[in-house]
Amino acid sequence: MATMTLIQAVNDALKTEMRRDDRVVVLGEDVGKKGGVFLATEGLYDEFGADRVIDTPLAESGIVGTAIGMALYGLKPVPEIQFMDFIYPAFDQIVSELAKFRYRSGGQYPAPVVIRTPYGGGIKGGHYHSQSTEAFFVHTAGLKVVVPSTPADAKGLLASSIRGDDPVLFLEPKAIYRTAKGEVPEGEHLVPLGKARVVRPGKNVSIVAYGAMIPRCEKAAELAAAKGIDVEILDLRTLMPYDGDAILETVSKTGRLVVVYEAARTCGFGAEVSAFVAERAIEYLEAPIVRVAGFDTPFPYSLEHVYVPDPNRILAAIEKVAHF
Amino acid sequence: MKTKPKRVIGTAGKTCPVNDPRLSGEIQKQLYRWMALIRAFDTKMLGLQRQGRIGFYGPIKGQEAATVGSAAAFEKDDWIFPALREGGVTLMRGFPMEKIVAQLIGNAGDACRGRQMPCHYTFREGHYVSMSSVIATQLPHAVGAAYAARLRGHRIVVAAYLGDGATSENDFHTAMNFAGVWRVPVVFVCQNNQWAISVPFEKQTAASSIAVKASAYGFEGVRVDGNDVLAVYSATRAAADKARAGGGPALVECLTYRMEGHSSSDDPTKYRPAGEAESWVDKDPIARFRRHLESLQLWSDEDESSFQSVIADAIAQAVDTAERFGPPSVASLFEDVCSNGIPPHLREQLAEVSPAVHRP
Ligand SMILES: Cc1ncc(C[n+]2csc(CCOP(=O)(O)OP(=O)(O)O)c2C)c(N)n1
Ligand SMILES: [Mg+2]
Repeated sequence: MATMTLIQAVNDALKTEMRRDDRVVVLGEDVGKKGGVFLATEGLYDEFGADRVIDTPLAESGIVGTAIGMALYGLKPVPEIQFMDFIYPAFDQIVSELAKFRYRSGGQYPAPVVIRTPYGGGIKGGHYHSQSTEAFFVHTAGLKVVVPSTPADAKGLLASSIRGDDPVLFLEPKAIYRTAKGEVPEGEHLVPLGKARVVRPGKNVSIVAYGAMIPRCEKAAELAAAKGIDVEILDLRTLMPYDGDAILETVSKTGRLVVVYEAARTCGFGAEVSAFVAERAIEYLEAPIVRVAGFDTPFPYSLEHVYVPDPNRILAAIEKVAHF
Repeated sequence: MKTKPKRVIGTAGKTCPVNDPRLSGEIQKQLYRWMALIRAFDTKMLGLQRQGRIGFYGPIKGQEAATVGSAAAFEKDDWIFPALREGGVTLMRGFPMEKIVAQLIGNAGDACRGRQMPCHYTFREGHYVSMSSVIATQLPHAVGAAYAARLRGHRIVVAAYLGDGATSENDFHTAMNFAGVWRVPVVFVCQNNQWAISVPFEKQTAASSIAVKASAYGFEGVRVDGNDVLAVYSATRAAADKARAGGGPALVECLTYRMEGHSSSDDPTKYRPAGEAESWVDKDPIARFRRHLESLQLWSDEDESSFQSVIADAIAQAVDTAERFGPPSVASLFEDVCSNGIPPHLREQLAEVSPAVHRP
């Protein structure tokens, strides 16, 4: 075990997988000598060379589009989109091409591309460096969407994504790139996709969340504990396919659900979780489900702290469902 | 059309020796047979569409020389990223004809399991990659595949096909730029049929040709008479040879004409100037090449009639076989969304489909 930050764990996963499999290549803007603007690919260029750590021209549809071609040919490309806010030039390539290749070719052409991109608030980046728009992609059949919240999960989920045979959008919570620290197994480490993790067990209220919201939910749970409310937190880790069994298990235990996500509330991923619980477990519910999310406004600059759910807003929701 | 295209065969069938690839008589006859087969197949499929036996069709008529001349210039291990009008290449690469018809019908005999509109063939064994309807998206894929091939040490070339309309899309410029920077072995083949549905070439670009656009990306572009199969072959072959030898990408613009509507759903008389389509009948690439072969005593009326009867039988047989397949299974709706079979959430959704609802 080594202690790492989340971004170091991402780097470690890339390094480990690139050593293990020479089909793995990394491409994107500034991923080479600079090692990426957040340093996720630091050191890869020196170790694996310019042919496998590819500085591309500045064009996201080209980055994803050429990665698709590489994958069709048999490579395992891991493109980086510098910020999730800049993924839209590649949106067509992702939703119409990448997500559908296996299906439309009758299984003849799988396209296992793992797109890494930092998402969400936390760096005072205004609306072009802060958004959390996972819902667009979860809504697209054929894509897997993964969001780690700890260094060990970042490494294990990224390694599993790269070894898999499906396209994956791997969303990295940049807010906790360097604040999330923890023990990470050295060498090969795999965490299966589609399996949630109980962050802390609790009896009274369930929180379902993911990514950068997890530490905030933990803080809120501590505040709630001081008020006598025992909170269970479920970290989904994978949004598509999500772990419905784990959601049902926690909700049937507590009967009270708060869903936390930093994306705009309406049609965000929390809407899916809420609908799922309403369909499958309404008889267990002792209180209405509460969503704590970003607002249906563009992501702000100066008022970021108001927009992004914080422990106090989460605590208020916990109290609301606990005392319903 | 300001830039004069390169040509080998004059409209009267005489050759201009400068660009002549000097192919053997046998190879020239093979090119002709492919063109004639594609024409016959195309005509038959449009007819089936008119009879309601297939839902949609995108005709190739008029573009057989551009298709065959370019595709024949690649080796069998080279990859093809097609657009809408290269369907004939599947025949050249040995895709069984009944599979092609089954794709057009979208039944259980389709290798893509009825998942795409007609003309979106996939033939992995023939390195003919699944096409998307979304214009120009295949071009970055072709560049990526060429990069991958080179990284793996394979001496293959990738063919990236597109129409004239596609040259206005972002992905065209992105792909050309990446190809130039990476110097990958990719040959862009643009079938400039001068129309993008109802939009004429002049409204697509102010440039004098598509070919000139290559120079902005640091490589060569050439415009050829796309109704002259030998000129197309010769230019594409030169580009492919150079790319294979590590000389980087190239663009071949084939100036041709779409003799039918854009698709079975289109009525071109609404937007084409009167007489334009008729004027292209004289430039029909098949008639022109036949005159050339006849002048060399490589082809006769007897050859023609016996070949036509052989292909008519083959096509009838393929249609008959293809029409016998049933619809794709309902479960196939849920397969191939991801690896390793149907995942649990889709299994649940499959269970919601009552066997009664899927009958068309
Ligand atoms: C991105 C996109 N926009 C619009 C369309 C609708 N569309 C289908 S074919 C076509 C024209 C294509 O013209 P061109 O590239 O010249 O190819 P051609 O059909 O002439 O072979 C259009 C506009 C589409 N399929 N994809
Ligand atoms: Mg056109």
